[in-house]
Amino acid sequence: MCGGPGTLVGVSRVIVDVVLKPEISDPQGQAVLGALGRLGHDSVRSVRQGKHFVLEVDGTPDEAELRQIAETLLANPVIEDVELHLSKD
Amino acid sequence: MRIGVITFPGSLDDVDAARAVRLAGGEPVSLWHGDHDLKDVDAVVLPGGFSYGDYLRAGAIAARSPLMQDVVAGAKQGLPVLGICNGFQVLCEAGLLPGALTRNSHLHFRNRDQVLSVERADTAWTGDYEQGQQILIPVKNGEGRYVGSDADLDRLEGENRVVFRYVGGNPNGSSRDIAGVTSENGRVVGLMPHPEHAIEDLTGPSTDGLGFFTSILKAVVSA
Repeated sequence: MCGGPGTLVGVSRVIVDVVLKPEISDPQGQAVLGALGRLGHDSVRSVRQGKHFVLEVDGTPDEAELRQIAETLLANPVIEDVELHLSKD
Repeated sequence: MRIGVITFPGSLDDVDAARAVRLAGGEPVSLWHGDHDLKDVDAVVLPGGFSYGDYLRAGAIAARSPLMQDVVAGAKQGLPVLGICNGFQVLCEAGLLPGALTRNSHLHFRNRDQVLSVERADTAWTGDYEQGQQILIPVKNGEGRYVGSDADLDRLEGENRVVFRYVGGNPNGSSRDIAGVTSENGRVVGLMPHPEHAIEDLTGPSTDGLGFFTSILKAVVSA
């Protein structure tokens, strides 16, 4: 079978975004912001760097299970928040 | 006295930790992350390194290894556990210690000899030190910045669970100069600096690190 993973029959795609909690400082994001300033992009006020996971799941995604995966492994709840995006198709 | 040293894929300082145990007078026992076997050890050391290449988060994948389930269960029964550098990161990821270790605030890997103050001389791993004593041991990390919410840090300080603080400069931007913390019962200790690299004059800046390993031998005997 060819084509992207989204073309597979019976496979759902789940997106998990992980971002640092607002109270945790992000030196990597600040370094990116500094570079943007040097490049003349003065309109960017702040940058927060995070992680983006794409999961391919057999059948219909079990939201509770995926939330557990996101909150117990993909993110560290001490310092990070997660956003779960389940595709409808 | 049998002191286990766990090797994870990417551990670097397991041999040095085992050597420190031996020089202190203990019997080092090699433990493998993929086994479910603590080999009847009296205490466990999680060494430094880059388990799983720091993928996902430093220590995150190692914290979910088979042997760590036994370490967590053992710690809840009072098994003494020491996490050094990556081992500290693993203990935080495993939920045995509070807080988290993140990218150094200056974004550089920092490798230097570091003065620490001993804030707690009554844990299983620090009994041979004096409260307030200053010790000199190497620190070497890229993700050693200890963080937590202000409320969590306040609670930690209120419970007197900070074991070490950086003195003479904070190498990584850690909150409140925290270099190491302990569990509520004082049996689990984690710190970013490396006591196992300061056990002999030939190779270390001091022999101040040996006290960790002599302390645990006494703590296990008296337990």
